[in-house]
Order: sequence, then structure tokens, then C-alpha cells
Amino acid sequence: MSVDAPAIMKAAWLIPALPLFGAAVLTFFGPKMKRASGPFATMMMAGAATVSGIVFFQMLGATERTFVGTLYSWISAGSFQVAVDYRVDPLSILFCLVVTGVGALIHLYSVGYMKGDPREPRYFAYLNLFAFSMLVLVLANNFLLLYVGWELVGLCSYLLIGFWFEVRENASAAKKAFITNRVGDFSFSIGIFLIFAQIGSLDFGTVFASAPAVLSAGTATAIALLLFGGATGKSAQIPLYVWLPDAMAGPTPVSALIHAATMVTAGVYMVARTHVFFDLSAASGDVVAWIGLATALLAGLIAIAQDDIKRVLAYSTVSQLGFMFVALGVGAYATGVFHVVTHAFFKALLFLGAGSVMHALANRTDVTQMGGLWRKIPWTMATFVAGWLAIIGFPFTSGFFSKDQILEAAYGSGNDALWILLLVATLVTGFYMTRLLVLTFFGPSRVPDGVHPHESPPSMLFPLVLLGAAALLGGLLGARPEDGAIQRFLQPVTAPSVTSELGFEGEVPFVEDLERPEAFPHREGGLSEGQLSGLATAAGVGGAAVALIMYAGAFDWRRRRENPGLAWRAARNKFFVDEVYQFLFTSLGRLGATALAFVVDTRWIDGVVNGAGMMTTRLATLGRRLQTGFVRSYAIGVLAGGVGLMAFFFVRSVV
Amino acid sequence: MSFFQVQPSHFLGLAAILFATGTAAVLLRKNALRIFMGIELMLNAVNLTLVTFAKIHGGLDGQVLAFFVMVVAAAEVVVGLGIIVAIFRRKGRVPAGATAVDAASVDDVSALKG
Repeated sequence: MSVDAPAIMKAAWLIPALPLFGAAVLTFFGPKMKRASGPFATMMMAGAATVSGIVFFQMLGATERTFVGTLYSWISAGSFQVAVDYRVDPLSILFCLVVTGVGALIHLYSVGYMKGDPREPRYFAYLNLFAFSMLVLVLANNFLLLYVGWELVGLCSYLLIGFWFEVRENASAAKKAFITNRVGDFSFSIGIFLIFAQIGSLDFGTVFASAPAVLSAGTATAIALLLFGGATGKSAQIPLYVWLPDAMAGPTPVSALIHAATMVTAGVYMVARTHVFFDLSAASGDVVAWIGLATALLAGLIAIAQDDIKRVLAYSTVSQLGFMFVALGVGAYATGVFHVVTHAFFKALLFLGAGSVMHALANRTDVTQMGGLWRKIPWTMATFVAGWLAIIGFPFTSGFFSKDQILEAAYGSGNDALWILLLVATLVTGFYMTRLLVLTFFGPSRVPDGVHPHESPPSMLFPLVLLGAAALLGGLLGARPEDGAIQRFLQPVTAPSVTSELGFEGEVPFVEDLERPEAFPHREGGLSEGQLSGLATAAGVGGAAVALIMYAGAFDWRRRRENPGLAWRAARNKFFVDEVYQFLFTSLGRLGATALAFVVDTRWIDGVVNGAGMMTTRLATLGRRLQTGFVRSYAIGVLAGGVGLMAFFFVRSVV
Repeated sequence: MSFFQVQPSHFLGLAAILFATGTAAVLLRKNALRIFMGIELMLNAVNLTLVTFAKIHGGLDGQVLAFFVMVVAAAEVVVGLGIIVAIFRRKGRVPAGATAVDAASVDDVSALKG
């Protein structure tokens, strides 16, 4: 299957190996390297990005675009065979490019941002490890290795969110992220067990090739939903999105990394990679689409009422991930992945921009204490505006193309409610992003006295400018829903056909068994592409216009805030989701633990243990009576024993 | 075969009688010295049995074993008598209403009582 793949593709193992090497070196020699650790880690990432680029261009020139390389056999137990092998194909190399490309820029930015932190080498070791984990995840060729990367990503997010663990909130946020993710991971692992139980292999090629023939619709739905359950954890969807807004407790570049490159895209990648299961079950697709939609709306509404610049962006990520899952849910996998790419550009940009703002204001994040900053930090403002244009879907920016296509796919799926609500979510996006932009950079300055905003150093501005360009122009990669460059590139992986590219030989007539055989949904006789695009843009820009009027115009939002409405207060308090979870899981869980500790443990378990001891004492009290202390009575025992033995042998010899 | 001819089985019978006598002494007497004597009697009964069987089977094993028993018994007598005399001395006087032989009663040694 990989006979004529270019030899250079074998070198793809270098892509994760370089960050791993960086992490190892920084772990052992970091304290000695001090200020050099940042540039070193950045070089490792740049190296990985270069290798990704080379492999990518080699792949463009090749006809056979899937390459599977095996490093070594990992587990070999009877029919259970797992190798450490990597799969280089359009989907994985695209993610590699995003992870290493955006990742390298974030590393570079971090060099300036983390200057003076006493644990700088450790920070960069974690950062490299994070990138390594994500690369393992996307390059894995079997579910187990994917799961290893999946867990490593969770671990790294824990380490980095809680990087400034001296502050109690940061440590709590780290734990929250880790535990919430574990809930999803549990579902994912059950899904993997089910796959192995049904198909008998964990290798991607084997699993995807035989899934349509082996699985019943019910089993396929179960597997798809369990896998999606894992995705809701990593990719912050309802009901497990709660960790992501708190994850901003870590250093800002980490937030950018988590939100753009290394963590939340894992769920999208996983669903796109395992789309065979979702193709086999229409119900699971609906679940994915509706969960995505609900998340997009809920997070968008919460974002409207937040004052913390990073928190708004965090909810915005949750919301945008919801958009991606809608695309995946209606079967437009390439579109979903395309949005991952554009989102990586503009969300990394926005987060790094937010970091630059915080840098300028001595770590203030409250937008009510900003305003008028465009004069002081023009570069940050200009790049932030580029990200803003992209996320609201301003025509011909990257977000315009990808979001348009998601809406088009939602419309094409024939589900009007889905499409209309998604348009509302788009409008909400336009609103809260514009509110954030205006409050931060424009209007009168509300910066407290004694704070002197200053522009960030070039090492921080350079990534911003680069990402700004990508956010504006990156959409051209996939300007058309079906024959855009990205979509055509991804076609071999995301197309519902499960035959040729997986290297499965023999007869595979399963395509007609799929319930959703079309890659990009179309509706006959509906609105035209242009009309749809116009509506989508109108929604995004319309939301932005409303926000402009409210926050930049004559409307006095500060006075309005003194007397907030019910809806505002609900959104401001995140619809009390955290409180409900706190009650449902933490409080009730603690109650259950108390019951276990004081009833089951003290009464039942201790009862059994103490009972065993008491029984022994009682038996011993009975037994001690045999021991009279009269030596001659013992002698009788000996005599009786001797006589008894003799009698036994005598009787036996006679009988 | 004459009635009075001594057969090896006669030695076994004698040994059995000696052994039973010794056992009875051990079980029925309270005085440590008498018990001790009973034990010696049992040991010698066993020795007699060993030698008899050695004669019957024509081997030397039994005789050699009998020597071992005698050596061990001699050593035991030395140690055992020493201990008994020491206990007897330690108790010093004979309790009222008891004969001198009851002074070394094994029933008084009850440290092992459960």
C-alpha cells in the first residue's frame, strides 16, 4: 500500500521526535540552559514544522498519499497486536502542519512572554512535550497509540494550566481540566474496547476497512457515540466544556496552544479520523450536530456577558468548536477540519493578542478597565482586528470561507432548525467579538492610573503579524466547499469510501451500506450558494454592527449594567452550569463518599475485619482449656496418640 | 522345639511389659524422680526391642541405635537429675500433711497452663 510513497515520508517520525528530544533535554539540562531553553524549544518546534512541510510537499507530488511506517512492535499477545506505527496521510499531515506551525509561533511568542519567570526551562519542556503528545495523537496508526497521545495531551494541559500552581485557583483549574477530560477519556476507552471486541483489531486500516461489513447499525452507533463522548471532553463540548474557560489560568501562550493547536482540535481530528463509524449511523451524526449547535449557542451567549478578555476568548473557542462539530455531524468532515485550520490561525492570533494586551497592562484582563488602547499598542490592535474580522466571518477572511461552508452544509443537510440556529450562533459570535474588540481597544480609556501601556517586544509581535496574515488569507486554501485546495487534499481520507486509500485489498462493496454516502450535503432546489453565503455574512456582520452601536455608539453600557436584566445576569453567571455540576457531582459525590466512608467502610468492612479477629479470640478461649498445665495429662495425650496410631496400623494391616 | 527354649519373641514380650510398667509409672506417679525412673524404664524397653529386632533381622543397625539411646539416656539422667535436685532444694521444706516424696510433685509445675 505504500510501495510508491516517497521515501521522505518515512522521516515523518522525526516530527514528534524533535519536540520529544527537546522536552527530554530541557527536563535534564533545562536549569543549566536558563535563557537558552526558550530558543532551543522553539528551534525544535521549527525543525518539526520544517519536516512537516517537507513531507507535505513530497505528498503533494505523490500519487500514493498514505504511508504507514512501523517503529517497533509494542504489544504482541495472541491476536492482540499493537505496533508503534505512524500514519502519514493528508489528514494527519495537515494537523501536523497546524500543530507545528502554530505551535512554533507560540513557542517564539513565549520566549518574550515568559521572560523572567523562574521556571522558564520547565515551561518550555512542558510546551515541547505538549506538542509531542499532540503529534503522537495525530500520527498514530492505531487506537491505542492515539489514546496514548490523547492522555498525554491531557497530562500536559494539566501541567501547563497549573503552571503557576502557587495560586490556588490555578491548581484547581488544572485539576478541573484533568478530571473533566478523564470523564471523556473513559467514554473513549470504552469505545476502543468495543471496537476491539467487535473487530478484533485496533489498527486504523483494518478497523475502517472491515467496520462496514462487521458492525450492525446499533453497534456502530454505540461506538460512534462513545468516541464522540471522548471528543466532548477534549474538544470542550456540552456537557464537558466547563474545563476550557477555566483553563485560562495557565500562561496566555498556553491558552493559545490549547485553544488553537494542541488540545481542543484533538476531538475534531478524532471524529474526522473515525468518520467511518459516524457514516454508518445517521443517529450519531445527528447527536454530534445538535450537541455542536447547542454548545455553539450556549458558549456564545455566555461570552456576551463576560468581562475577562481571556474568558471571552475561551467561550468563543467552545462556541467555534461547536461549529466544527456541526460540520462533522452533517458529514462535511473536510469542512470541519478546514474550520479547525482557520480557527487555529485566528484563535491563536486572538489569544496571543490578548496576551500582548495583558503584557501591556501588567496582567490586567478586565475589559472594563481597558479602552482606547489602539493608540498605545497599535500593532497588537491591528493584528487583533485581523483576528476579529476572521472570526465574525468578514468577507474573504479565513473565517468567512470556513464558517460559510459549515452553514451551507447545515442547510444542505435538510435540517432547517439546525441551519437557522447556527445562523443565530453566528450572529452571537459577531456580537461578543465586536464587544470585546471595542471595549479593549476603542472608546475612552478606562485604564487605571499608574498603569502605562506599552507595546510588546518584536519576538511577540512577529508571531502576531504572521498569524494575522494567515487569519486574513488562510481561507483561500479552501474557498470552495468541494473543490477547494484543502477539501480536495483531504478527499482521500474524509470521503465516505473506505476502500482504496486504506490499503484494504479485495472486494469492498460497502459504500451503498453507508447511511450518509455524500461527503458534502446538498439540498436540491433550495437557496443558492451565493444567497447562503450572503445570509451567513449578514448574520456575522449584523451581530458586529449591533455591538458597535451598543458599545461604541451613544448607548451607555456602563449605566445599563447597574441595573442588569435577568438574561444578562444568567449569562454572566454562565447559566449556573458550574454550580449545577458542583451540586450534582461534587456535592452529591462527596455525600456518596461520606456514606461509603462512615457506613460501608466503618460498619461493613471494618465489621468483617474485626469480626474475624473476635472469632479467633473466641475459638482460642475454647481451645486454651485443653492446656491444663498438668504435665501428666499431656502424657496421656501422647499415650493416646501412640496407641491410636498403633491401632490404626494394626487394623489396616489386618483388613 | 522345647517349651522352655528362649525365642526372640519372648524378649519382645518382656520389652512390652517393661514399657507398660514405665508408662504406668510416668502417668500415675506425681513425684518427679519416680516419673524419671519410669522414663528410664521405657527407654530400656525400647533398647531391648531394638536389640531383639537386630538379632531377628541379622543386622547391626538396631544395636548401634541402642548405643545411641544409652548415651542420650545417660546424658539426660545427668541433666534431668540435676534439675530435679535443684527444684527439690529450692522448694526447701515439705508441706504439712505431705510426705517427702510429694515435695517434688510435677503437678506444681503449671507455668504452661493456658
